[in-house]
Amino acid sequence: MSKRIGIETSLAIAETVKLVNVDVVAAYPITPQTHIVEHIADLCANGELDAEYIPVESEHSAMSACLGSSAGGARTFTATASQGLELMHEVLYVASGMRLPIVMAVANRAVSAPLSIWGDHSDVMSCRDTGWIQVFVENGQEAVDMTICSFIIAEDPSVLLPFMINLDGFHLSHVIEPIILPDQDEVKAFVPDFNYKYRLDPHNPVAMGDFATPAIFTEAKWANEVALTNSRAVINDVWDRFYKTFGRKYQAVETYKTEDAETLLMTMGSFSETAMTAIDAMREQGRKVGLVRIRLWRPFPFDDIYEAVKECKNLIILDRALSAGGPAGPVASEVKAALYNKSVKPAIVSIVGGLGGRDIHVSDFINMVDIGEKAIKNNDIKPFEIYGVRG
Amino acid sequence: MEDYNIFASRVVTKNEPLAPGHRACIGCGEVLAMRLAAKAFNKNTIVVNATGCMEIIASQVPYNSWRLPWIHTLFENAAAVASGIESAIKVLSRKNRIPEEEIHVVALGGDGATVDIGIQALSGAFERGHNITYICFDNEAYMNTGIQRSSATPFGASTTTSPAGKKSIGQSTWKKDTPSIMVAHNIPYVATACPSYPFDLMEKIEKALSTNGPSYIHIFSVCPTGWRTKSDLAIRLGRLAVETGVFPLYEVENGVYKMNKIETELKPLSLYTKPQGRFKHLNDDQLSAIEARIHSEYEALKEKCELTQVREDM
Amino acid sequence: MAKSENELTWQDLEPGCIVTTPGNTTDYKTGDWRSQRPKYNLERCLKCGVCALFCPEGCINKTPKGYFIANPYHCKGCGICAKECPAYVITMEEES
Repeated sequence: MSKRIGIETSLAIAETVKLVNVDVVAAYPITPQTHIVEHIADLCANGELDAEYIPVESEHSAMSACLGSSAGGARTFTATASQGLELMHEVLYVASGMRLPIVMAVANRAVSAPLSIWGDHSDVMSCRDTGWIQVFVENGQEAVDMTICSFIIAEDPSVLLPFMINLDGFHLSHVIEPIILPDQDEVKAFVPDFNYKYRLDPHNPVAMGDFATPAIFTEAKWANEVALTNSRAVINDVWDRFYKTFGRKYQAVETYKTEDAETLLMTMGSFSETAMTAIDAMREQGRKVGLVRIRLWRPFPFDDIYEAVKECKNLIILDRALSAGGPAGPVASEVKAALYNKSVKPAIVSIVGGLGGRDIHVSDFINMVDIGEKAIKNNDIKPFEIYGVRG
Repeated sequence: MEDYNIFASRVVTKNEPLAPGHRACIGCGEVLAMRLAAKAFNKNTIVVNATGCMEIIASQVPYNSWRLPWIHTLFENAAAVASGIESAIKVLSRKNRIPEEEIHVVALGGDGATVDIGIQALSGAFERGHNITYICFDNEAYMNTGIQRSSATPFGASTTTSPAGKKSIGQSTWKKDTPSIMVAHNIPYVATACPSYPFDLMEKIEKALSTNGPSYIHIFSVCPTGWRTKSDLAIRLGRLAVETGVFPLYEVENGVYKMNKIETELKPLSLYTKPQGRFKHLNDDQLSAIEARIHSEYEALKEKCELTQVREDM
Repeated sequence: MAKSENELTWQDLEPGCIVTTPGNTTDYKTGDWRSQRPKYNLERCLKCGVCALFCPEGCINKTPKGYFIANPYHCKGCGICAKECPAYVITMEEES
């Protein structure tokens, strides 16, 4: 029987790693991810999870050991954040390029300098193009559910791609929430065993990681791109089956009170729940506003985004990362690009805020809507607005 | 082959885990070292290759020279990848998902991949005690990228990033003593080898593979391209490196040093340096100074053998 | 022989460009790199096999009569076999 308990999101993710019977975990401590791997180490030490825990000497080696373990046919998990994610950056491309279905939780955090251990999305935005499937979760329950689904999706023989689960550092990773942890048998029935056809096996030798000349590199990259794009069908299917089995529904893009809305807010990650409260407050004042939340970041859900925003006039997008010297926040840039060739589309205001752990409250979201609507009305849309900066 | 019955070659296994058709340079001593090492691998061996000459020459989509399971990922992480494979094997066989049998995991890297960029991953893997063998094929510079100096380049060698010139002797630092660094990890087996002594090399590989725990072999690999020598000299120069004391053959089992070939009198260093373009700028005084240091290191190594042997006997 | 890299389509590639026929470089001709070729005076041959042991290519094979001869398809003509042969069986001559 599944049970509803009060548990910190990080520990719940570790418990889920146990539920899916992960074989190998290679990880290095970094705030705010550490609670996840500490708890996994505990579960291994207590004999509750039969896995090899490799306490590597760096994140570069964490992801490298994961490559080896996954290539060896083992279900593989790791977690990191911020500088750790940056240190493993080059290895991320190898994981996807070699089609190794590693699952990684990233407790999103700012990137130095100045040093900040607190949350925003700067770390993962440099990993947009690494070829991983990437989702952003809103709460602890979703972190658990996405972790369960991630292994099925990543290890599907038609997908074989690594999977990144982004959760906001501290705002989500360190929050104790009521979470339903599914029963071990339920999960076992839902998640098939990892059976990697090409694992490194002396009885059936294969070579992995050949270099490619210009004559074949484009073909190799395109094969991966097709696999990543096509993974969307598997993602939809697994989330549908999850809904039928566990009763919780997940979609690539979620909408909240968007019918008849003239202005839409768009968010990604755990701040979406605060944004919903802000929408409720504005609706009570009679304002026609709604919310669009992006869950699936890669493969990018172009059609879903268009469907969600095509009826509105104003779209105000919050980014928790700054694309330095660039056109807008990373999410806003991508949404703008997705809509550019559509004949009917909303005006878009890009707002960057919540950097380095700065909170965004209900009143802030209302403020953002005011700022956005005013800019559009006055025809004074800047490339992006930085929210709440002093001076 | 003076120390061996020449007919011993005939009893060497016919097994060639490294297939011909690889694209190593003509007369490459490193690929010969790798080929001989591979012959000593058991068929239950998984090979992890760091980026470098040996990776590039053996692999190119859709070809690969290895008849064993083989994986290459990056330059600096072969030891970490090997840790992951070893762990996967351990847990999958414990969970009865793969047959229970001994599978060896061997990581290969050049000197750059091992003693420079990959030393952190290697140190981590050895400290954690993974049951892996790491083989460094040391050709004393970054040859794959065009002969740049590494910390394994010997003093006085001219490379493209330590060129000899009016104000430069070439490489101005002494070769990093990597086997000693590996010994300092308290691993059960460390050895040096050279393909000019193929039976010694293959015996050491077998020993390393059968060691329970981490093992390390540092193989001297002549590079005709990077050292600017004739293509038929790989065996001769390897032998001279040993006979002049430049590269002593020894092994360290559980901390106990043992020389495998003790030279009663070291040959003159110039016999070794003369055929090599990378040393041609060195004058006699410079060569003598280098030779003096080589001799003192050789004596220090012999002393280490005696001291650790005495400790062992006690 | 595997399709050459110029003929392979993206659909032909295994996931992650895995090579499922390892050891297939035997198809790859390196013999045309050669500027010198080994010439044998087999009357002197001891059939010891030292040349085969020291060949970087691993391309020297034993004939039915017990001699060791380089396969010209792979032999790059480095001359190590000639240098190391204890009976001076092999000389290197210019490729015509």
